Amino acid sequence: MNTTGEECKIAQKTSGIRLLKDKMAGSVMLTFTLVSVLLVVLIGIGLMIKSMPILHEKSLWELLCTSKWKPMRGDFGFLPFILGSLWVTIIAIIWTLPVALFTAIFLTENSRTWVKKIVFPALDILAGLPSVVYGVWGILVIVPWISDWLAPHFVEYSTGYSTLAAGIVLGIMILPLLISLFVELFSSVPRELREASLSLGATRWQTTKYVLLKRTFPGIVASVTLAISRAMGETIAVLMVCGNIVQLPESLFDGCYPLPALIANNYGEMLSLPLYESALMLAALILFVVVFVFNIVSRLILRKLEQKLM
Amino acid sequence: MKLKFIEEKAVKGIMLITTLLVFLFVGSILYTIVKNGWRAMSWEMITDLPGGGFYIGKEGGLLNAIVGSLYIVGASTVLGLAVSIPVVFYLNIYLKKNAKRGSIARLAYDVLFGIPSIVYGAFAFTIMIYFGLKTSLAGGIIVITLLIIPIFIRSMDEIARELPQDMLNASYSLGATRYETIKVVVRQIAPGIATATLLSIGRAIGDAAAVLFTAGYTDNIPTSLGQPAATLPLAVFFQLSSPIPAVQERAYAAALILTGIVLILSILGRIITNRFSRNKIQ
Repeated sequence: MNTTGEECKIAQKTSGIRLLKDKMAGSVMLTFTLVSVLLVVLIGIGLMIKSMPILHEKSLWELLCTSKWKPMRGDFGFLPFILGSLWVTIIAIIWTLPVALFTAIFLTENSRTWVKKIVFPALDILAGLPSVVYGVWGILVIVPWISDWLAPHFVEYSTGYSTLAAGIVLGIMILPLLISLFVELFSSVPRELREASLSLGATRWQTTKYVLLKRTFPGIVASVTLAISRAMGETIAVLMVCGNIVQLPESLFDGCYPLPALIANNYGEMLSLPLYESALMLAALILFVVVFVFNIVSRLILRKLEQKLM
Repeated sequence: MKLKFIEEKAVKGIMLITTLLVFLFVGSILYTIVKNGWRAMSWEMITDLPGGGFYIGKEGGLLNAIVGSLYIVGASTVLGLAVSIPVVFYLNIYLKKNAKRGSIARLAYDVLFGIPSIVYGAFAFTIMIYFGLKTSLAGGIIVITLLIIPIFIRSMDEIARELPQDMLNASYSLGATRYETIKVVVRQIAPGIATATLLSIGRAIGDAAAVLFTAGYTDNIPTSLGQPAATLPLAVFFQLSSPIPAVQERAYAAALILTGIVLILSILGRIITNRFSRNKIQ
């Protein structure tokens, strides 16, 4: 009796320690989680405080919709940069969307395992390459291709460092992301749905068109939104091939100047002008807000869809 | 032949073309980088610091950038792991599956993952100014750590979420606390941690925009955390913008080194996933 009682006490004691450990580890982990989650809020607030000076000086509307950029004289018109970002992103999405869709359909619906075994590693490589390498490739391959071969058909002269070059390079960079999102989306559609369609005499493409694409349409929109937000923030590769000219782009063969390039090229040199710094922070804030909204919307759509399809 | 069969054939053709296009891009990029990089490659690129006339095309190498990159990536990987492993355990063991708090946290990490590195760079730089720090190795390490934490958490969480609840229950039923159950879980997600690490190293070593204002650039190997550090992507970037062809050649060499490192990491990642996922309980 006595011994069991003591054993019990020891057991209680050790279990007390074990429970304490469990609790403590839990609160440490909770702190880490909270702090890392709060980083989003922190970045947002930090950028907002920093861009306050210029927002006090000028209305947001004036900043976003005028195109005069003379920091030394106090003119900060973001329009050329915003349009630059928009154009580059639009070009990238327009050509990658069909490529990514067809490749993803091919991978999930039509191809054999050995094809997948070579395509996925290739996509891995594409996804893993640093953006500066894409930039080098763009300068060595895409820029000369545009200036020597493509541009002479359309305009008198182009250096090749252009909106189009940036769009092409950026497109290749978001291609692996889009394809992997699409593949995941298409694989989540139950096989019975396809079989039902095929058994009614539909061809594979008809099944894809009327069952797969119709059913995953919100997911496709969400994936594209996600890719857009990724494309908006891409800096170095775009900066290397876009020409960096402050102007409202008139043709695809003109240079442009997207928002991330603006920050990268000027940050660090402008600390003597407080308003200039604030303007660049506003550029970062615009990027942050776009990415934040696009990400949350698309993730929520994708999540809902995932639950529905399961 | 019916229209639908013609359509079927045409679409199949398009799909083949788009898939081949992917290979064309991969091939073209690798070929261009290797062809140009190999010409400029030599032992002294890897083993020497930049010499006196390096930036007008005289002797020297890229050792400063290679070592700087390794310092930053090494330190931020360790820090990143130290923060993200507890978070992953918290999300998957301490919180119930489908808990609301968990899903909010995951959304936050998705957003963090999407924030462009240039925004991280600008944000970190303002904080550094606020605390009176100059561009330094420490600054680079901090910003890269922030950048890779969401990558770590997302990729490890994806694997940890697939853990069967029964396995956790089995551990609890033997009287183990949640903290002790971690030991069981670690073995299951170890390959996931390894792959996530390689993935993040790949991202960390290739990122130029974030270190642009935070780590600075130097010709020397930093000896303390307060000194600036050179990085490989910036070595490519800066030398490519030089008007002198001999300096540009070195940018290609640096790009080749960078690509080589990233490719090795990606291959290692594949091998680990394939080999170790055999032990996994499905």
